[in-house]
Amino acid sequence: MSTTGITDQNSFWHSRRFRDALVAYMFILPWVIGFVVFTGGPIVASFVLSFFRWKMIAPPRFYGLTHYINMLTTDELFRTSIWVTFKFVLISVPIGQVLALGLALLLNQRIRMVGFWRSAFYLPAVVSGVAGSVIWVWMYHTELGIVNNGLLLVGIEGRNWLFDKELVLGSLIVKSLWNVGIPMVIYLAALQGMPQQLYEAADIDGAAEVSKFFAVTLPMLSPAIFFNVVMGIIAAIQTFAEPYVMTGGGPDNATLFLGLHLYQNAFHYLKMGYASAMAWIMFLLIFALTVVQFGLAGRWVYYEGGAR
Amino acid sequence: MVVSNNAAPSTESMARRQFAQPSRVRTALLGNRFQTGLLRLFLIYVLLLAAAFLFLLPFYWMLNTALKVPNQVFALPPVWFPKPVMWSNFLTAFTIQYETDPPVYNYALNTVIVSFNGVISTLFSSALVAYAFARLEFPGKNVVFLGILSTLMIPFAVVMVPQFIIWKELGWLDTLWPLMVPHWFGSAWNIFLLRQFFMTIPREYDEAAYLDGASRWLIFVRIILPLSKPALAAVAVFAFVFFWNDFLGPLIILSTPENFTLTLFLANFSVAYRGTPWHLYMAAALIIILPCLILFFFSQNAFLKGITVTDLKG
Repeated sequence: MSTTGITDQNSFWHSRRFRDALVAYMFILPWVIGFVVFTGGPIVASFVLSFFRWKMIAPPRFYGLTHYINMLTTDELFRTSIWVTFKFVLISVPIGQVLALGLALLLNQRIRMVGFWRSAFYLPAVVSGVAGSVIWVWMYHTELGIVNNGLLLVGIEGRNWLFDKELVLGSLIVKSLWNVGIPMVIYLAALQGMPQQLYEAADIDGAAEVSKFFAVTLPMLSPAIFFNVVMGIIAAIQTFAEPYVMTGGGPDNATLFLGLHLYQNAFHYLKMGYASAMAWIMFLLIFALTVVQFGLAGRWVYYEGGAR
Repeated sequence: MVVSNNAAPSTESMARRQFAQPSRVRTALLGNRFQTGLLRLFLIYVLLLAAAFLFLLPFYWMLNTALKVPNQVFALPPVWFPKPVMWSNFLTAFTIQYETDPPVYNYALNTVIVSFNGVISTLFSSALVAYAFARLEFPGKNVVFLGILSTLMIPFAVVMVPQFIIWKELGWLDTLWPLMVPHWFGSAWNIFLLRQFFMTIPREYDEAAYLDGASRWLIFVRIILPLSKPALAAVAVFAFVFFWNDFLGPLIILSTPENFTLTLFLANFSVAYRGTPWHLYMAAALIIILPCLILFFFSQNAFLKGITVTDLKG
């Protein structure tokens, strides 16, 4: 290799670009190591493990597709758990988003003490799943809980919120609505970043409040809605602490979420292979739903300044 | 658009004239472009009050129970305002011990260790990685960044079993290490958040330092980090709340009460203390959520900035 200036510039190995790249790799090294050891490696391992029968005591035994076949045939609880999770996602995510958006719209009005109202709605989001669940168990207590006693004040007879298999999933959904703080704040930020000219233009055209909402606000909010729905579904599919603490999956498996069924198989029955297979189904569900949403996004999500 | 900005005063007076036709009462009730109508204000405040009532009700019920003497907990109809107010319940909840179990402050200490490690490790590692994506050019940058974002889709359940096996092989089960070590390698969400923030810092600052001979590391430590305090604060606050509240992680790793964190203790409370003394249970729950509530009150802006900095369009 020549040492003249001209060839030096052409030599990749001595270039600033190469040194920069090397430095950059050093900076991202922690993530790469972490990914290989704690995410990428385990994903591959759990995929492989899903084809083995392994109860931690004896060495793993090849099991082929049996785990996946069992899920569809013999393990009725698996189907129950998929159905419970599906119902929960289908109901709690849309209602949660409507509530979050409604609260954000309220906070975006010309009101006094915005900080107080915003804190009141956001606070539950910093309460842990366990502590929140414990509080709600006490709220729903059949004789002593505030829900039934409050209903009694207005002459309605209380119910067995957590022990009636018809009601229990609804009770957990109501509890989940208590935690809409994060999507609410995201909607609020989006509302506050909304260009005012659009509303002024609509005012000059004499647009009514309702049509302004549907023609201006909603389309401008669509990126935030999209983001919140994607993240909300990913989180809802993984629901764990609430059923674990509040119901233990009961009564009669009415709140046996996929996450709970998986946890019990892995750490109560030590069926590591079977649990891995279930985890992969969960992963594929999340993946499929997210991909579908990104596919549909082009039709309804509006990005100012062009598509992305 | 016909109306330009410098014509604003005249449009305003035009609009005033336009709205002057309806009676003053009507304007006061229904409002116009410049003021919110009373009817509308009334509706807004009714909705706000109703919503705030429902959202704060669980906190009231928890505090109300936590301050009662035991026999009032079981009184029917319920005692809406405890009398006497038993502040000592908090002390009891914090110091009681069930048989051979350790006292509650032992769980608190474990949670504090895990949370502080979580905050520091997340801040450090995520900022490091985020800096590379915000400022440096290297082959494979986009692919790796997409890889980081796609890990947001991966449920913990998928990596849970293999990670458990790693900890078992290392002999780290039932220690706090598995709850601390993995977080030194960056977390996808925070890398994304910090990268978005770093991109808003003018490049001229680090280019100038670079020409003066400063290394990338020096630029990162001396220029980027000090200018990113709001974003770092947001990450720290979110990380703290996350680690303080983490449940599934400790649940699968820890098995002896000495090593339990607060969330594990709370989840096992009714099992350990048969018969569930609800007043102590609620006092314990309140103690556990209090640090996060206080943190929220003192760093509301960091919380909100943390969410808004994640520009949804980028």
